[in-house]
Amino acid sequence: MTAQTPLVELRDISISFGGIRAVDGVSLDLHAGEVVGLLGHNGAGKSTLIKILSGAYKKDSGEIRINGKPVEINSPRDARDHNIETIYQTLALADNLDAASNLFLGRELTTPFGFVDDAKMEAETRKILARLNPNFKKFNEPVSALSGGQRQSVAIARAVYFNAKILIMDEPTAALGVHETKMVADLIQELKASGLGIFLISHDTREMMDLCDRVSVMKNGQMVGTERVEDVTEDDILSMIILGKNPKAAA
Amino acid sequence: MTDTTNSTKPASSDGIFARFLRATELDTRLLGMIGALALIWIGFHMYGALVNGFGAFLTPRNLWNLSVQTSSIGIMACGMVLVIITRNIDLSVGSILGFCAIVMGVVQVNILPAYLGLGHPLIWVLAVACGLMVGALVGAFHGFLIAYGKIPAFIVTLGGLLVWRGAAFLVARGETISPVDPTFSKLGGGPSGAVGATGSWIVGALGCAAVLGLIVFGRRQRVKFAFPLRPVWAEAFLAIVGCGAVIAATVLVNSYFWPRGIVQRYAEAEGITIPEGGLFISHGYAIPVLILLAVAIVMTIVMKMTRFGRYVYAIGGNPEAAELAGINSRMMTVKIFAIMGFLAGLSAVVASARLNSATNSLGTLDELYVIAAAVIGGTSLAGGVGTIYGAILGAMVMQSLQTGMVLIGFDAAIQQVVVGSVLVLAVYLDILYRRNSK
Repeated sequence: MTAQTPLVELRDISISFGGIRAVDGVSLDLHAGEVVGLLGHNGAGKSTLIKILSGAYKKDSGEIRINGKPVEINSPRDARDHNIETIYQTLALADNLDAASNLFLGRELTTPFGFVDDAKMEAETRKILARLNPNFKKFNEPVSALSGGQRQSVAIARAVYFNAKILIMDEPTAALGVHETKMVADLIQELKASGLGIFLISHDTREMMDLCDRVSVMKNGQMVGTERVEDVTEDDILSMIILGKNPKAAA
Repeated sequence: MTDTTNSTKPASSDGIFARFLRATELDTRLLGMIGALALIWIGFHMYGALVNGFGAFLTPRNLWNLSVQTSSIGIMACGMVLVIITRNIDLSVGSILGFCAIVMGVVQVNILPAYLGLGHPLIWVLAVACGLMVGALVGAFHGFLIAYGKIPAFIVTLGGLLVWRGAAFLVARGETISPVDPTFSKLGGGPSGAVGATGSWIVGALGCAAVLGLIVFGRRQRVKFAFPLRPVWAEAFLAIVGCGAVIAATVLVNSYFWPRGIVQRYAEAEGITIPEGGLFISHGYAIPVLILLAVAIVMTIVMKMTRFGRYVYAIGGNPEAAELAGINSRMMTVKIFAIMGFLAGLSAVVASARLNSATNSLGTLDELYVIAAAVIGGTSLAGGVGTIYGAILGAMVMQSLQTGMVLIGFDAAIQQVVVGSVLVLAVYLDILYRRNSK
């Protein structure tokens, strides 16, 4: 562990749903310019843990620190105030609205009279999407008319536009083709180089080994272990996921 | 810079109509609804002309009455659009209307005159304020139960349908309260409840100015952000059609004159001698119609230009995404139902003023007409889709059918069969349209 203060520290986080401890005393940290992958079976508690950080769920106990300072995150708005942006697996887009309305949802640009400034928002959306996905053209159609990759571009643009310092990506490539997956991978590298801390959730162990600096494995709501990707093989990770034991710790 | 997106397609592959639609950016749904409305109007007129020997539909008198009759349902339909877009329903609006009407009746007839004296100029203002406030509070209470009590809107408002109708009876022990304050009764239309020829031309001029202003402003915004522009001929076409419609409506309402008996009484009261050919006094726009127009404009601005409106659509499109974007959807639900209640109160003003009395049965079955108007106007019960102008056109379609059938002498049973069938047919056509447009 470096001496530098981590960007995010999750300490001893727990949450229960109807008597089941979905996340049970989990601690995890994230540094600036680092990608930490979260792995585990469905129902292992990865998404729940991450939703506590993004404000969608409220933790029962534990502490969240950002830049060393303890913070309370009780709503998605609180998370955004700490520059935490989340790209959900479901993308969380309102299908009936266009790209610009989705990008600025909850943070609309307004004119001096307090009306939403659609023209300005569309112009900003055109700018950011030109950078992320130059092929994007459907600005005036509801996002339900877009392909999976285009929808993903909108969701990513939303996180990037608002200068996220901490980015949470829940299965960002699950619904994408080969070309689009490559695009997302390149983007992750670019964002990492610019100093963001990224939590990445995925089922694809191979992909995680390529993209992440460290990987953490969860099982049944508990943390199995966190390892640097250089120190472990794909098989080690798989056995952590399946057996719930850290082979290195046992050795 | 014009039409960069469209220039890739060879123009010859599209018909003139398709190119016209693309250039003017008109909504095909809107055109369809206007077409349907025109068909209904012409159909009833022709039927009357051929079968009864007199086409009574396309006369200034009938169309003026139609505009007044549409007002009450149209005002509430503007609120129902918001409710349905957010995947809720409000079955209680007719009962809220009845309740508000009775409260206003009691306030202006039984309570205020005792304190202010009969005919005090503030009576109608206070009565209207009371009615609107009661409506908004009842709506907010429903919204609170739905959002924070997690009771389905269908159940809360079904309960409300019974509760407020019963409450309306209890407030006045079932009595009909009449007559209402004379100023108040003008809000319901009629010869004295219309703005007259000069007033109507002022309204018309403002309407034309608004049409031109919107077109110029829209074009300037597009230039500012370098978006594709509409061709100049398309802008000119929209300006001419828009202003033409406003002027035509103004001419129409001004060519419906006061009935002879009322003119006679008016002339006697004012000491005017009626000239040889008769004295013609124009009705002009009826006040309830102007109220509906104001509601429509305000609600359109709210839906298109404010964060509130944007969130209404977002909640309807994807409630989870809206919540994750930091939108307080529970508070939104309370506000939406409060607006619905407020508009039901406003409709109560129009409806009871028009009758010149408040009865506890006022607004019975209105909820069904309001929901039908919103749905015929293209509001999707699946949520996320709907427009204010659509709902008003829907209300006009409903009212035109009813008025038309009365004029050609269909009895009430047939009217119900037709209106019910049209509702189902309209929604089916809408489903077909949406499927094909994908």
